[in-house]
Amino acid sequence: MHVRFWGTRGSLPAPLDAAGVRAKLKTVLARARGHALADDAAIESFIDQSLGFAERATFGGNTACVEVDTGADEHLILDLGSGARALGNCIMAGGRPGKRAVYNVLLSHPHWDHIMGLPFFAPAYIPGHRIRIFGGHTDLEHALRRQHAAPNFPVEFDQLGARVEFVALDPARSHRIAGADIGLMRQHHSGDSYGYRITQNGRSLIYSTDSEHKIEAAADAYPFVDFFRGADLVIFDAMYSLAEAYTIKEDWGHSSNLVAVELCHRAGARRLCLFHHDPNADDGAIEALLSDTVKYEALSRDSAAPLEVVAAYDGLELDL
Amino acid sequence: MDQRSIADVTVLSPTGRIDLDTTPPLQDCLLPLTQVASAKVVVDFAGVSYISSSGLRALMLGAKAARAAQGRLVVCCLNPAVAEIFRISRFHLVVEVQNDLAAALAALSSSAAAAYRHG
Ligand SMILES: [Zn+2]
Ligand SMILES: [Zn+2]
Repeated sequence: MHVRFWGTRGSLPAPLDAAGVRAKLKTVLARARGHALADDAAIESFIDQSLGFAERATFGGNTACVEVDTGADEHLILDLGSGARALGNCIMAGGRPGKRAVYNVLLSHPHWDHIMGLPFFAPAYIPGHRIRIFGGHTDLEHALRRQHAAPNFPVEFDQLGARVEFVALDPARSHRIAGADIGLMRQHHSGDSYGYRITQNGRSLIYSTDSEHKIEAAADAYPFVDFFRGADLVIFDAMYSLAEAYTIKEDWGHSSNLVAVELCHRAGARRLCLFHHDPNADDGAIEALLSDTVKYEALSRDSAAPLEVVAAYDGLELDL
Repeated sequence: MDQRSIADVTVLSPTGRIDLDTTPPLQDCLLPLTQVASAKVVVDFAGVSYISSSGLRALMLGAKAARAAQGRLVVCCLNPAVAEIFRISRFHLVVEVQNDLAAALAALSSSAAAAYRHG
């Protein structure tokens, strides 16, 4: 499986602004002092070797949208946040040869940040294209139609060129979609959300966003430990610090990096990807969150297998 | 779990790793102490090598219970690893942290601080 992140932010798009770009430029130019940057190769190697990720790049500001290539001839997409716009443009520009115009979307839940990309997903306007929206909720069609309705959007849902279908998934069984076996699990979140376990060719990917882990997480038989068991990659909502998640933001439906690491260790997962970044966090803050999480993983590990930790960014690609 | 009184302060001294398995006994010991009217409780971390989210939650519940009873909970003597976990989790903003036992006692009670000073 190949995973590409098109949107990694939670709640609301959070683009880098002029002051943010200027601050990066200033840091980079200060770092460049004394470096010989005579040709492009020297500049490239300076960028790659002398600058941190938050200095040379950005985590991006689009909301949740993740593309999974299972090797099948149909698309598999997790959520339709604002990142779906760039994904749609890439597909329309011929960026996915060998795939038919069938888009299987697993929707975590119909909160705005997870559906706002559909009206800007170019394939939705093309006759002959087919979008199948799957989810644990039974009323997804209502939520998606509503965001197209006047006065909020100029194109009514029924005017979309593509055929858009909705399929409610039973969490009690496994489903075969785009060449992969799909399991799902209800999560603690306002209006419920669903996490997905996508298994193909012996590899498993967990997509678990907008999920709060409360006191029950301390129980020996916590169902999420089994759901995450042995996963090759766990994409996890680590929006808040533990202190926030347990105090002022209790019941806001999100989780923390500490709980992410602990659940992954208990489940024997191999790689954790921090996701659904706080729109209030700048690139430096997300980079610090990642380095803190790496530190906590080492402190917490004890007899568990080492867990690799990465932070999602718009454009990140991972193989598993 | 080692527990002693210094004047009007109760000092609790857990040891080892505070994780899923060892949080319940700590919490069972800590909560009744913090629920007493005007409770003054120190959790001395000198012997603690690690604390998980479950242990931090127990401390938070203890601090909340103490506040509700017009009392106070203070932790002290975090080793560098545990101090790092408090910083990463932002729990230093939830639970009052003091450097050492003398400072923790002084924060809670002048009589306990004096008793500790005079051995
Ligand atoms: Zn969200
Ligand atoms: Zn949500």
